[in-house]
Amino acid sequence: MKKQLVIIGGGPAGLAAAVAAYDAGVRDMVVIEREEKAGGILKQCIHNGFGLTRFKESMTGPEYAQRFLDEVQKRGIEVRTNTFVTALSPEKQVTCRSEEGIFTYEADAVILAMGCRERSKGALNIAGTRPAGLYSAGTAQKYVNIFGHLPGKKVVILGSGDIGLIMARRMTLEGAKVECVCEIMEHSSGLKRNIAQCLDDFGIPLYLEHTIVEIKGDERVEGVVIAKVDKEKKPVPGTEREIACDTVLFSVGLIPENELTKGAALPLDPRTKGCLVDGSRETDIPGIFACGNVLHVHDLVDFVSEEAEIAGRAAAEYILCGEREKQLVLTSAGENVAYVLPQRVEKGRDVKLYFRVRSAFRGAVIRVEAGSVQKAYKRIAVAPGEMDNVTLKAADLTDADNIRVSVLREG
Amino acid sequence: MKTIDVAVIGGGVVGALTARELRKYHIDVAVLEAADDVAAGASRANSGIVHAGFDAPVGSLKAKYNVLGNALMAGVCAELGVPFSRNGSLVVARGAEEEAQLQVLLERGRQNGVPDLEIIGRDRLLELEPHMADGVTAALHAPTGGIVCPYGLTIAAMGNAMDNGARLFTGFEVASAQQTKDGWLLRSATGQEIAARIVVNCAGAGAEYVASLFGDAFFHIGLRRGEYMLLDRAAGDFASHTVFSVPTKAGKGVLVTPTVDGNLLIGPTSVEDEVYSTAVRRPAFGEIKEKASWMLRDIPFGQVITSFAGERAYCDRHDFILEWGKENVFHAAGIESPGLTSSLAIAREIAGQLAKRLGAAENKDFSPFRRSMHWLKELSEAEKNAVIARDPAYGRIVCRCEEVSLGEIRDAIRQNPPARTLDGVKLRTRAGMGRCQSGFCQPNVFHELMKECGLRAEEVTKNGGNSYIITGGEL
Ligand SMILES: Cc1cc2nc3c(=O)[nH]c(=O)nc-3n(C[C@H](O)[C@H](O)[C@H](O)COP(=O)(O)OP(=O)(O)OC[C@H]3O[C@@H](n4cnc5c(N)ncnc54)[C@H](O)[C@@H]3O)c2cc1C
Repeated sequence: MKKQLVIIGGGPAGLAAAVAAYDAGVRDMVVIEREEKAGGILKQCIHNGFGLTRFKESMTGPEYAQRFLDEVQKRGIEVRTNTFVTALSPEKQVTCRSEEGIFTYEADAVILAMGCRERSKGALNIAGTRPAGLYSAGTAQKYVNIFGHLPGKKVVILGSGDIGLIMARRMTLEGAKVECVCEIMEHSSGLKRNIAQCLDDFGIPLYLEHTIVEIKGDERVEGVVIAKVDKEKKPVPGTEREIACDTVLFSVGLIPENELTKGAALPLDPRTKGCLVDGSRETDIPGIFACGNVLHVHDLVDFVSEEAEIAGRAAAEYILCGEREKQLVLTSAGENVAYVLPQRVEKGRDVKLYFRVRSAFRGAVIRVEAGSVQKAYKRIAVAPGEMDNVTLKAADLTDADNIRVSVLREG
Repeated sequence: MKTIDVAVIGGGVVGALTARELRKYHIDVAVLEAADDVAAGASRANSGIVHAGFDAPVGSLKAKYNVLGNALMAGVCAELGVPFSRNGSLVVARGAEEEAQLQVLLERGRQNGVPDLEIIGRDRLLELEPHMADGVTAALHAPTGGIVCPYGLTIAAMGNAMDNGARLFTGFEVASAQQTKDGWLLRSATGQEIAARIVVNCAGAGAEYVASLFGDAFFHIGLRRGEYMLLDRAAGDFASHTVFSVPTKAGKGVLVTPTVDGNLLIGPTSVEDEVYSTAVRRPAFGEIKEKASWMLRDIPFGQVITSFAGERAYCDRHDFILEWGKENVFHAAGIESPGLTSSLAIAREIAGQLAKRLGAAENKDFSPFRRSMHWLKELSEAEKNAVIARDPAYGRIVCRCEEVSLGEIRDAIRQNPPARTLDGVKLRTRAGMGRCQSGFCQPNVFHELMKECGLRAEEVTKNGGNSYIITGGEL
């Protein structure tokens, strides 16, 4: 089956990319979604706070997704749900499996928008038993918000990522007692507002530099042993204490879901765990683009939509105008910067550089070095949980052979 | 109450295969299993190695049944559609002292009747396994060593036995036994009863207790826990052989092996226990990593997806017990490693003796075949499309990591032995065994169990008992 554009994933990234590609002139396209409904993870994020940046209003996840679903529907873009992409080839063949069988699209362009998955508890090497009552935070969120089942009553949460924080509040509102949230780092990777609104407002303690070292209980969880960790993140002997609980939620990181990407032999960035892309979100294979959490984990969906629109427009340009000769310059992460995205930028075009800092502090200066052009931007505070960005004009790039972003303490 | 011919106590690999072998005769058999599913004990959590047979002492029952069982494994796995691979085993030595041990193993293996054993030097070893650690100098190569899916074999054996007329009672923990005029009356902890002419004790870690119910007390069962780390399939081709180290002064090593499902398995440790436990101790991770690195370098431990433990039930005789106790009670106890390897040979021995005692005739209607656990995955695309056209549920993916369809989940719940728990579905289909460890598919499998079994949300368990998934109620 031929298709000009196949978008893999019908979450916020896939939907926004579809709308943007349509508006840039592409008609022959399909969005493929493995779940029953499009909307991605937003479907189960019934809390508010979505859309503040983009729409200047606070929406719930389903409301935010609906805006894009409406736009997709208005344009008559085909969304194939309950359809699972099983393989992607470097030649842009997209193989799918659904109740209709196994079939393959031969695409001119592909947009990867598969999102991310939660890191599992199993990867953490926690000692103890493997009883019922251990959930990744997102799975618990699905039980509560989609199916209306409360997994348990007495909860310990490991990891203070946003889903963990949101679930601390959610479980509390539904009548569970959240005993504490443990975070192995010295700072939370969640948004500041979530710490305030989800923990502080409910008096839920956040134990920084703490982890779970053991799980107790044979059939259902009966408790956990938590301990303080040292600078190497190793538990400090003597600091262990047992907390009784019947449920443990793990919010220990998100991993871009790049199994298909690997199948297409696309290299991944070890830091973002997503593809290497340029400013138009094009990967190492011309005509394959990536956006959203499959590219790098975002903390705000607003930026996902923005990134997806870049990819959607670029895919349209590729389809309608053909492959473009690009003169690329690499970006690099300087002092206190975990990564910069895109990993390369095209000369002659404006570009917005997204980056994450490694550690949190107040009074920061962002320094961008691009050949003879040097720029500095002030920030009151920076934190790893909040992705930041700066925009460079095409004129800033004329003599750059590398663009380096650093974040320094003021003064 | 009708008295059946044989009650097998314990639905582990030995009990399940014994039931299947018994059905090859006109013998009416029921398996009584305490847990909510078969493969609840050692047969669920072990190394899955089909040992070549150089380890067991010459002349022991272990040696005899190991070598016999190894030779039978490929055949039974083919009949039952269970993944099996003869990947070969390597026992590696570091330096002259350990190399001397290899000679001992080689000699013992030859006496036990293990074919094709050879000692190889480092160069040849590196051809077989490129990640050998620097200090490794030589190895014993046993090409007949293999790997099998242990719970897969147990489930398939039970399913095939049931398809041929055997019955399975789960949640039947034998708690008392009373001698009757024509056999034994067995009562469960919850008051169910079964009468049988002959009883076979295949209760694994519970074998000493079960024996005591009949007044037999001639063996003692000890417990030794083994802990493991399991790595992602992305690490599965790190080693192609099963790699052991010779026991050293620093203790018994661990093994590193690919699994039949393409993961990499590392372990087990060895911890004496007073009480049955499958918890992983805190020091286990360090121990496993250290011992594995005696043999191989650069093991990708970052790709761990889970850790688990199994409990070895060994006998104070340090050999298998395969003998009659009180009248018409047969004990298959102390079946520690190489018990999985030996399981079919043991089951044949038991069935043979029982058939003789019962004077049972051969069952001509017995069919040894069962559809492969992974039949759908083994089909071509065109064949899959034909299957999906007949039942679209086979097109609907439920577990993304292992690509398991709704149709396969339903099969697991509907076929013998039926899955009634999340773990039951997982062991039969692999849904939830992949890198996300069920984060994605669990709610969907949960709802399928509710629908198929008519359960309420609060009734669904992870693996029986009180392992409820939802304990906070409905919202
Ligand atoms: C860590 C470890 C690693 C191993 N590695 C290997 C290996 O690589 N290769 C190999 O060949 N062997 C290996 N083995 C040995 C192998 O796993 C066992 O020999 C085999 O699984 C024993 O099977 P079984 O049926 O006797 O016992 P089990 O599988 O333990 O089954 C016993 C069953 O009896 C049930 N039961 C107990 N009491 C009662 C009761 N009162 N009423 C009803 N039911 C009851 C239990 O619930 C259980 O399901 C290993 C074992 C362990 C623990």
